[in-house]
Amino acid sequence: MLETVQAFFRDLAETHPKWNFIFFYDPSQWDRVVTGLWVTIQLSVVCVILSVIIGLVGAWLQGSPIRPLRYLVAGYIQFFRNTPPLIQLLFFYFALGQFTPTYSPDGWLEVPWISNVGWAIISLSFFAGAFNVEIFRSGIEAVPDSTKEASEALGMSRLQTYIYVVMPLAFRVSLPALNNNLVNLVKTTTQAIAIAVPELLYQMVSIYNDYSTAQNAAMTVLFIVYIGLVGILVLGMNRWERSMRIPGYGA
Amino acid sequence: MAETNWTTDQPIVSIKEVHKSFGALEVLKGVSLDVMKGEVICIIGPSGSGKSTLIRCINALNDIQSGSIKVEGLEVHDAHLDKLALRKKVGMVFQQYNLFPHKTALENVMMAPVLVLKEDKAEVEKRARALIAKVRLEGKEDSYPGELSGGQQQRVAIARSLAMQPDVMLFDEVTAALDPETVKEVLITIKDLAAEGMTCILVTHEMGFAREIADHIYFTDRGVIVEHGPPATFFKKAKDPRTQEFLSQIL
Repeated sequence: MLETVQAFFRDLAETHPKWNFIFFYDPSQWDRVVTGLWVTIQLSVVCVILSVIIGLVGAWLQGSPIRPLRYLVAGYIQFFRNTPPLIQLLFFYFALGQFTPTYSPDGWLEVPWISNVGWAIISLSFFAGAFNVEIFRSGIEAVPDSTKEASEALGMSRLQTYIYVVMPLAFRVSLPALNNNLVNLVKTTTQAIAIAVPELLYQMVSIYNDYSTAQNAAMTVLFIVYIGLVGILVLGMNRWERSMRIPGYGA
Repeated sequence: MAETNWTTDQPIVSIKEVHKSFGALEVLKGVSLDVMKGEVICIIGPSGSGKSTLIRCINALNDIQSGSIKVEGLEVHDAHLDKLALRKKVGMVFQQYNLFPHKTALENVMMAPVLVLKEDKAEVEKRARALIAKVRLEGKEDSYPGELSGGQQQRVAIARSLAMQPDVMLFDEVTAALDPETVKEVLITIKDLAAEGMTCILVTHEMGFAREIADHIYFTDRGVIVEHGPPATFFKKAKDPRTQEFLSQIL
């Protein structure tokens, strides 16, 4: 089976030199694709989780009675929402990266504590997190005051009201917008190529830099893989949304 | 729980010279009234006369500018008030029911006793099921608010409030948002409650009901109590022209 597939693509590359799917018959190129895909998946999962946490904490801080905290969150959102993520990525890695401490495993090498992968995670999570704060805030604002009042009249504390009444309702309202933002985040991970994070786009570009005949093939596969990756995410989010649907509530 | 030297021969709710403003608008201009344990009083009056505000002040959902409100000797607007102690004594039902839409009827009723009173879940469930039966909603335990009619939701809200075992129940225009055919079922529930000796303070537009159920009727207009008395004399021999005019429009 595997050999048939490899033979097919080898033949294809010979008969159609512009369509050299080299990674489908050359095992070492195949490895590059697989490792790249794996890095992309890891980067996406970690950034999705971190950005949601940042969003929840930020939305909670935005409701804080302490004014400087609210200003801090507002400033954070303005910065990350109003500047291009690619510039953020470059700034984090090249500018901030100079000031982060380094360690030396062998006495010669100077290795920074935060690697390029680390900076990509930080930068992308904060980028998507800024949008998530706004998304959760709009969900929290959609919970009627009268519902919170009922909870208060029953003797529940502010925190109990937040955890058991406001968040479960706000989260449901936020999900469609969150869904969109996380899709964007997964696609934006490709920008990590700019700081040489070996994710899928980086590996694919490396392959067609080495084998220029593989360019069209590499791009085709990139499109297909991202359609698949984002499709899985959207499918999961939709299923989650459905499982949380309340009978008779909302649309 | 805060200790008070309240005894049952004193008013269970005692309101003295209460003034309340929203900004420049004075809504309550020196309101006083006493409610004895087991009494049912109805507050009626044109909209904007301050009756809902008054009832909301009794369980500290609104603050007051001056005067005093005591519930079982507990000073409601004392800055050091243990709000939880107050809310254990006072139950409230709202015009818009304000149920928690993501919880079933049973969960709505159980939530506060479990979270606030930290009572045993099995015990609370027994009591909650009994309360749901009491408001004549057997079989609806697992329905979500969105699956219930307005009248049914309002009865769940009454059961939810009763689950905290309050000494005083506040009803804020609880039938105003209901379809005419479901008003009756809610009124019957309240009537049962009053017959059992629950102290009830109602703001209502249901004059027939007020006449039937109330021990005492208060008529408010523009922030003051214009006239009050037992229903028999109040409806037949209202003295104040404002009361007469209001009753002539409504009856």
